[in-house]
Amino acid sequence: MTSLIGLLVVVPMLAAAIGFVAGERQWVRDILTVGSLAGATAIAGILLAHVESEGTVVLRVGDWDPELGIVLVVDLMAALVLLVAMATILVVQLFAIGQRRTAWGADPQLSGPLLLVLTSGVVLAFLTGDLFTLFVAFELILVSSYVLLTHQGRRGQIRSGMTYVAMNLFASTLFLVGLAVVYASTGTVNLALLAQRIPELDDPLRWGIGLWFLVVFGTKAAIFPLFSWLPDSYPTAPTTITAVFAGLLTKIGVYVLIRFHVLTGMDDLGPLILTLSGLTMVIGVAGALAQDDVKRILSFHIISQIGYMLMGLGLFTLAGIAGAIVFLVHHIPVKTVLFLVGGLIEEREGTSALDKIGGLAQRQPLLAVLFALPALSLAGIPPFSGFVAKLALVDAGIEKVVVPIVVIALANSVLTLVSMVKIWTGVFWGSGDDESATPIRILRPGHRLMVGATAVALVASLAIAASFGPLWDLGERAAADLLDPSAYIEAVVS
Amino acid sequence: MSVTLALVVGGLTSVGVYLITSRSLTRMLLGFALLGHAAVVALLAAGGEAGERPISGDAPVDELSDPLPQAFALTAIVISFGLTLFLLALARRQAQLTGDDLVEDDLEDRRIALETEAEGDDA
Repeated sequence: MTSLIGLLVVVPMLAAAIGFVAGERQWVRDILTVGSLAGATAIAGILLAHVESEGTVVLRVGDWDPELGIVLVVDLMAALVLLVAMATILVVQLFAIGQRRTAWGADPQLSGPLLLVLTSGVVLAFLTGDLFTLFVAFELILVSSYVLLTHQGRRGQIRSGMTYVAMNLFASTLFLVGLAVVYASTGTVNLALLAQRIPELDDPLRWGIGLWFLVVFGTKAAIFPLFSWLPDSYPTAPTTITAVFAGLLTKIGVYVLIRFHVLTGMDDLGPLILTLSGLTMVIGVAGALAQDDVKRILSFHIISQIGYMLMGLGLFTLAGIAGAIVFLVHHIPVKTVLFLVGGLIEEREGTSALDKIGGLAQRQPLLAVLFALPALSLAGIPPFSGFVAKLALVDAGIEKVVVPIVVIALANSVLTLVSMVKIWTGVFWGSGDDESATPIRILRPGHRLMVGATAVALVASLAIAASFGPLWDLGERAAADLLDPSAYIEAVVS
Repeated sequence: MSVTLALVVGGLTSVGVYLITSRSLTRMLLGFALLGHAAVVALLAAGGEAGERPISGDAPVDELSDPLPQAFALTAIVISFGLTLFLLALARRQAQLTGDDLVEDDLEDRRIALETEAEGDDA
């Protein structure tokens, strides 16, 4: 079982290396990308089943002592999120293959292999058992994302790429300095050992470390007030790339935030995190309401949704953290589907600006359905996955009697719905006569694959709602493992 | 951690932060290079007192420097080298497109802000 963990990191990386030198032979790249992503999804599924029944699996790379060497740890939370992430990247890659012959597609020679490098980094970030490997994983993800974002070299991409790179580079540098502080004060960067040693530190030092990493991971997660890079850069990239970024990148920030802060027992930061989560929700949705472009509205929604996950973390209760994990699992496919639909709209109409499109519901009923279902889910309308995930969080908030955040979370749902209605009326309703005469395009051969991939992701997100009972149990067990890290420490150290 | 190292980290950080607040990408690049150095020095300082070079057999184990932070620092240097190249490429592309390497305003954002202001005036 442990060798499978290693394969998860190595195979995408190797496939990427071959993909880069495959030159004009596109079929080689397609087989490599789809094959390795499908393989990674399968392995993630096997791991989840194994971890669910047998408990945490640990791979010690090179058989080094965990205090010195790299460990990869698959616990329940990691396996759960990993499976969703791998399946999502696979679907997006299928969409990309359908899209690549259009003007909106990313350059396939670069984007396929780079997506695999990103995948490798994502796996490493989810599974790593030490902070320094986490830093390396972040860099892998960020470097490939920098290139994916700017590789077409368009003006808007270069401009927003600068902000994106600058913010993230700064956060990475802070991460390094934080590592130095952690190593100097505890003598290790291994998360299991840190879970033992950080709670024993003096209060000021412990608080300092907690706040420092809240800033570092918060920048990656785009929480208030560190989100400015996100709504600027995401809409400029090709659809498939934005879809992966939107679905995954910020969520990795949230994931490590949950892992680090819960494992090291930073309960004292709870009220601060709750405050930030409320502000993140409100500012994100306010930004979405002000925009009038599909992709930009959706980008601001990422921020407001991050607030919900942060709310679960800020409660520092079993129900809260389980809620955050489940919300994470619900959010990744839903957000990806919405961006893919945004891409389909752009593909058909030549733009994603609301005032230039209209009446799409008549001409493209399938597209309307593909948008409406995840949009309702994101807003938290029953019976979709967004409703149950939000209900879990609100329930956890009421249980701990934190009234303000519960009120904000509920009000925020309404505002989310309002901005989704804005997209709906702008894009799908109306006669479509008032548009600036965009010719209705003939469907390309790849179109069916794009719609198919979107539909598959949508079905997956509906399946999450249908199987919410077992998912909630998994989330609760994962949260319990984080809150009482003795099993985690046991698995890693002994 | 010696006072000298602490001062070096502080100095590098302050100059680096000053430089990355600039709009010129080349200045930002220099700023990030300095910040990277600050982080590397901080990592070295985290390793405690310097000793013999950490190669087993050269000296008794308790006289060696701590090799782990040095390995961290080395990895960080390699990564920041690659990123410096990427930033240079970005600056070059920006210079091709606009003739300079300054970070531009987000036009879409400005437009929406102006529209909102105009609506406010009407009301």
